[in-house]
Amino acid sequence: MTGSKTPPPAKTVDEGLERGIAGLTEERIRRIIRRVLAGETGARLKAYVDTCIHCGLCSEACHFFLSRDRDPAYSPVGKVKQTLWEILRRDGRVSPDFIKEARIIASTHCNLCKRCAMYCPFGIDVAYLMLVVRRICHLLGVTPLYIQDTAHSHAATLNQMWVKDDEWIDTLMWQEEEARGEIPDLRIPLEKEGADILYSVIGPEPKFQAQLIYQAAVILHVAGVDWTMPATPGWDNSDMAMFVGDNELMGRLKRAHFETAARLRVNRIVMGECGHAFRSVYDVGNRWLGWSMPPIPIVHAIDFYHELLEEGRIRVARRFEEPVTLHDPCNVVRGGGLHEKARAVIRRTCAQLIEMEPNREHNYCCCAGGGVINCGPPYKKHRVESNRVKAEQIAAAKLKGAKVVITPCHNCHSGIEDIIHHYELGVETRFLGDILYQVMEKP
Amino acid sequence: MNRFTDGSWNPAIFDLPLSSWRERFLGVEEIQASPSGDAAAAIVRLGQEGFTVCVNGETWPEPYEKLWHLRYAPDGRLVALGSREGEWTVVVNGVAWENRFSFVWNPLFSDEGGRIAVAFQQDMAYGMAVDDVPWEESFPNLTHPLLSPDGASCAAVVQTEPLNEGDIFKYRQGIYTAAVGGRPWERRFMNAWSPAFRPDGGSLAAAVRLGPSDYTIAVDATPWEETFACVWDPLFHPQRRTVLAPVRRGGSWWLAEDGRILWDRPFVQLWQQRVSADGKRIAAVVAPSFGRWTVAVDGRPWKADAGEMVSDPCFSPDGGRLAARFKEAGRWTVAVDGRVWNQRRGMVFSPVFSPDGSRVCVRFKDKGRFGYLLDDRPWELAAEAAWDPVFSPDGDRLLLRSLEQGVFRRRVLPLADFGKV
Ligand code: SF4
Ligand code: SF4
Repeated sequence: MTGSKTPPPAKTVDEGLERGIAGLTEERIRRIIRRVLAGETGARLKAYVDTCIHCGLCSEACHFFLSRDRDPAYSPVGKVKQTLWEILRRDGRVSPDFIKEARIIASTHCNLCKRCAMYCPFGIDVAYLMLVVRRICHLLGVTPLYIQDTAHSHAATLNQMWVKDDEWIDTLMWQEEEARGEIPDLRIPLEKEGADILYSVIGPEPKFQAQLIYQAAVILHVAGVDWTMPATPGWDNSDMAMFVGDNELMGRLKRAHFETAARLRVNRIVMGECGHAFRSVYDVGNRWLGWSMPPIPIVHAIDFYHELLEEGRIRVARRFEEPVTLHDPCNVVRGGGLHEKARAVIRRTCAQLIEMEPNREHNYCCCAGGGVINCGPPYKKHRVESNRVKAEQIAAAKLKGAKVVITPCHNCHSGIEDIIHHYELGVETRFLGDILYQVMEKP
Repeated sequence: MNRFTDGSWNPAIFDLPLSSWRERFLGVEEIQASPSGDAAAAIVRLGQEGFTVCVNGETWPEPYEKLWHLRYAPDGRLVALGSREGEWTVVVNGVAWENRFSFVWNPLFSDEGGRIAVAFQQDMAYGMAVDDVPWEESFPNLTHPLLSPDGASCAAVVQTEPLNEGDIFKYRQGIYTAAVGGRPWERRFMNAWSPAFRPDGGSLAAAVRLGPSDYTIAVDATPWEETFACVWDPLFHPQRRTVLAPVRRGGSWWLAEDGRILWDRPFVQLWQQRVSADGKRIAAVVAPSFGRWTVAVDGRPWKADAGEMVSDPCFSPDGGRLAARFKEAGRWTVAVDGRVWNQRRGMVFSPVFSPDGSRVCVRFKDKGRFGYLLDDRPWELAAEAAWDPVFSPDGDRLLLRSLEQGVFRRRVLPLADFGKV
């Protein structure tokens, strides 16, 4: 590795990587690299590699670079230099140890947030280049243990959290019963063929955050939405396969999701507040399967809350009083253009919005996305230290009075919580749905 | 059960008002229509006692703490999953199975409906039960439950050993396989998905992953010799007794038969393969180019295509014709033998062929209201609910079941009267 002031966290012991490289030969590495470069990357990779003039303008975009004292090893182009360029320069003749380091850089030093692509005069998408590195490492069997386990869960259960078929249904029934304590005729309609909307969530919701399903059910019920949830796999819209580089598994997950919606003959899929899942169903996974757009429209929760409020189907009883700030999730803002709708929802539901700077499509990533948080505890310290700029953004908003950070994305939510804790910022995080549920008129 | 129809194919309309149900019960869930249209049923809420099922106005004798997944079997029996005192079972026409489980889900019916299977969990052990007989062996987990078309065998993908979360190494050694009648295959795989029975139930195929990027199809535990970058669901050819599956090679999808490439050209995508009942023709949903979808028959794609989705290809009973659902610009329609209908709706359901294949009828939903299309001719019933059309055995008449202004209606009409009554 060259040009690095801060050594990568090589001391990190990750059995997924150690045992992954144990059986690797240089011959196999070269074969897989050639296969990926010849068969899967094509003109896009070549154009990026040929176009980059090493100007470093992308550096200013990256929260890793900015948070780590402008260490060039953490600049977008620096990450490419240490991984893909080196692979190309050596025509694939790299060692197992190189692959391990490349995996650490591609999977834990880059959130695939695409902020840098906006700063590059040529629009070079470093996130794409890091995904190529991840793809090579996946085919070589070198993947951080925690996220590999998550991908294994996806493959075995078609959800991210090892939720068994019966546990899923049981959780929905439990949340329905809980919510009936509040609204006696509320239902979570299972397997309702021909409903207007399929509501889909990510694996962690039934596993750890079942109250989010409760809240969504209340919102959907009060708004009079004709909706359903499946009692089969295919309910989970999340996708760690996309982030480990297992494209075939990503395709299987997205196919299951869309075919579940198609089987239930719904018109739209409304998804909870998740950014990476949005990227997977709206951009990457659908396209890998051959759909230029989602075959059944996908509506992110931000967009859906906006629609319900605009149409007057949900009314606000009393606005949320504590001043809030908004973290713009990369995947739904740079990736989905939902920043103004998020603000419109906040204006209707909250008394005061204090903007973080920079914001909207220029916002800094939470540093959890792109599967980085899913690589687990070995990388946590490095992750939060690599986002000092986010802590500074939040601290500045707090100085102006913000007490709550709204993070309408699961990864962002967890990542921002870690940052708040690490930097002792003394603010709270909330989902947009938490706020809406709290302030809405209920029967 | 209160009879409100003559149950015949004589043209007539019979009505069953359901509005009183809303007064009698605290809640009425989705209405289910019996296959013959002689009955309408729903799970209804009683209050403290819980839930029961109301069929043509009469309730099942015993209430349950919870009832869900009410469905008619093809033979007309009414089936729900119910719980009492924290235990779950299958309830058939109001009579509960003897066996009780910690949970039951995914009820399955044989083609004629004579047999009923269900997945169960009992004290964190997983299995299946058919007609109240549970598998002898149970597993740490079970997915993809499946009943053979004749109901004689049932199968699932099973996990054969416990796995600690985070143990990615044991996982890779292979702890998944298919189990038939509760007996797991000898061989284990990294993953197994989408098992499919031969129509006679005598053989089982499944998509399997041998290693992180090595996929193939296993038939009765034996994988094909060829491996692929990915595979989709297998399907038995009913006559040739071979297995057909989409396989990915060189970045494209091909149709393979017993491991060998069958069609002479690949596609950007290929899935939902179907074989006509006479075994002479094979069709599949394909994407000939990125973002364009159609149906290919024996490897030849239809000229007509759609940009958003094509699904559920189905052959006429004699195999002579083929229909599928097409979606373009947010609107669904039907394509038959490569010709796309003009009528488009917010949703169309599964196309239904007349017995001789000459007519196609489909249920649709648009702006919350249901109706039917017969050979591209609409009937805007404006119903609150409707069920798939049924052709009479001679193909001259249609049975339509709908819910209109709170009344469940069974119509039998000559095809010439479509849209008139
Ligand atoms: S983390 Fe974001 S800004 Fe930094 S290199 Fe990755 S995509 Fe670019
Ligand atoms: S800004 Fe673009 S051209 Fe300049 S170093 Fe970064 S990626 Fe290369």
